Amino acid sequence: MSGRQAAIAGMGLLPFSKNLGRPERTAALEVILQALAEAGMGADDVDGVVRTTMESTTDAHIAFCLGIPDLRFFGEVGHGGGSGCALVGHAALAVEAGVAEVVVVYRARNRSTGGRPWAQAGNQVGGDAQWSVPFGVVRPVDQIAMLARRYMHECGITTRHFGEVAVACRSHAARNPGAQMRDPITLQDHAAARPVSEPLRLFDCCLESDGAVAFVVTTLERARGGARPPVLIRAHAQGVGPEHVVMTSYHSENPLQSTATFAARNLYRRSEVGPNDIQCAQLYDAFSPLVLMSLEAYGFCGPGEGGAFAEDGGLQWPAGRLPVNTSGGSLSEAYVHGFNLIAEGVRQVRGTSTAQVAGLEHCLVSSGSGVPTSALILGAYR
Amino acid sequence: MTAAGTPPPVADRPVPRRDEGSAPFWEACAQGRLVAQRCTACGRFRFPPRPTCPACRSFEHRWEDLSGRGRVWSWIRAHPPLLPAFAELAPYIALVVALDEDPIHLRMIGRLEPACPEPAIGDPVQVGFERVVDQVIPLWRLG
Repeated sequence: MSGRQAAIAGMGLLPFSKNLGRPERTAALEVILQALAEAGMGADDVDGVVRTTMESTTDAHIAFCLGIPDLRFFGEVGHGGGSGCALVGHAALAVEAGVAEVVVVYRARNRSTGGRPWAQAGNQVGGDAQWSVPFGVVRPVDQIAMLARRYMHECGITTRHFGEVAVACRSHAARNPGAQMRDPITLQDHAAARPVSEPLRLFDCCLESDGAVAFVVTTLERARGGARPPVLIRAHAQGVGPEHVVMTSYHSENPLQSTATFAARNLYRRSEVGPNDIQCAQLYDAFSPLVLMSLEAYGFCGPGEGGAFAEDGGLQWPAGRLPVNTSGGSLSEAYVHGFNLIAEGVRQVRGTSTAQVAGLEHCLVSSGSGVPTSALILGAYR
Repeated sequence: MTAAGTPPPVADRPVPRRDEGSAPFWEACAQGRLVAQRCTACGRFRFPPRPTCPACRSFEHRWEDLSGRGRVWSWIRAHPPLLPAFAELAPYIALVVALDEDPIHLRMIGRLEPACPEPAIGDPVQVGFERVVDQVIPLWRLG
């Protein structure tokens, strides 16, 4: 070990909305400058930029716009919602290896210009999609619903368990002025909502949002100079597992052993922090079943026990065993490919969440499962 | 948007774009046959097709005819909002079939014939085919 510890020193965020009101490039630049200001830094300090491959603005163009004089580390991670935590992880790797001092991570989404990838299928579909799209398995909700029904079948999970996730997220969003959906819902509301891709219904599906988020990753030493307490990056990991097909991951020997199972193994393998040391989690919730599967994958309960965990109120702030998605998550706060979940992880560690877990030491954040994924353990600096 | 009173044009359903790895599968469909890649070094089936065997890493393989029989591994019923090409079929049932020859390594996504009742996981299914635009793709039925 070099002895360098990476930390998040600053965060920038535009309000989540149905219309960002500016191009993605402008939004990205704004939140990066916000994050740098919070870190007590300027663009001259930045020497690294990492991005998700979905991002419309390139690393070099960020440097061009901001006048970053000497960009020494830049890279990208693919697979959409699976990439968020990995970007923070790659930034931490670069900082801890001494390759870079100050690395910026960003995501800006404007649906009016960015669009939805699945809706852009042409009349001929190639690659992996040729095995699913011609048969009407087109939308992310179809792809995950297929896995969800198998999960129900093998593990005794019910749609009511999915409802528990949706209700918990909404109750947390009701406390968060920045959340897009704040009216409380009940299990009855969940069961009565229109089906989208059975077994999944409306409230099992994340929102569609515009938003922009950025983080500044640097050494703990430099992070101490910021306006906010440093958020330690205690562990980060990626994972895929065998014979994975992105989104239509039905082809491995055990598809219920999701990419998150492998990311979790890699995460805990390199960390002194285990599931029992984690008081709060932001679990990727593009669709509600993924939360239950992730509870199991990240070791917060045994295999097949995710439903019972939720039914016992385990996800609920403040009394649950593990308050989950305390800002409302992708189901009720906003959907920006999980970058809002990282932001809420930062708030929990700083003690500024609207559903703050008392005495929090560690918060786990996961990126999307069903795709090559990643996860973080964020820790308080005492 | 189309002008009021003008029905929108019916969109064509998306069809597979063949590549060097997938062409034998789609060409067999056009002849009413369901086939899969099988490693000639270790004998393992694999799907979707790829150049190498993930078990023994051999490039050697052949395409084998399958019985077209399998069981429902999972299924969904899709409702709008959908791509225009699928909206006219809604609600429709899509499924994953575990093929009898190797239910672990041969799982195929497909669509269930509209006349079929709601399936259950484990139900037996039999392949048939449907013409979509200029191609032929599998269409499954119960039984």
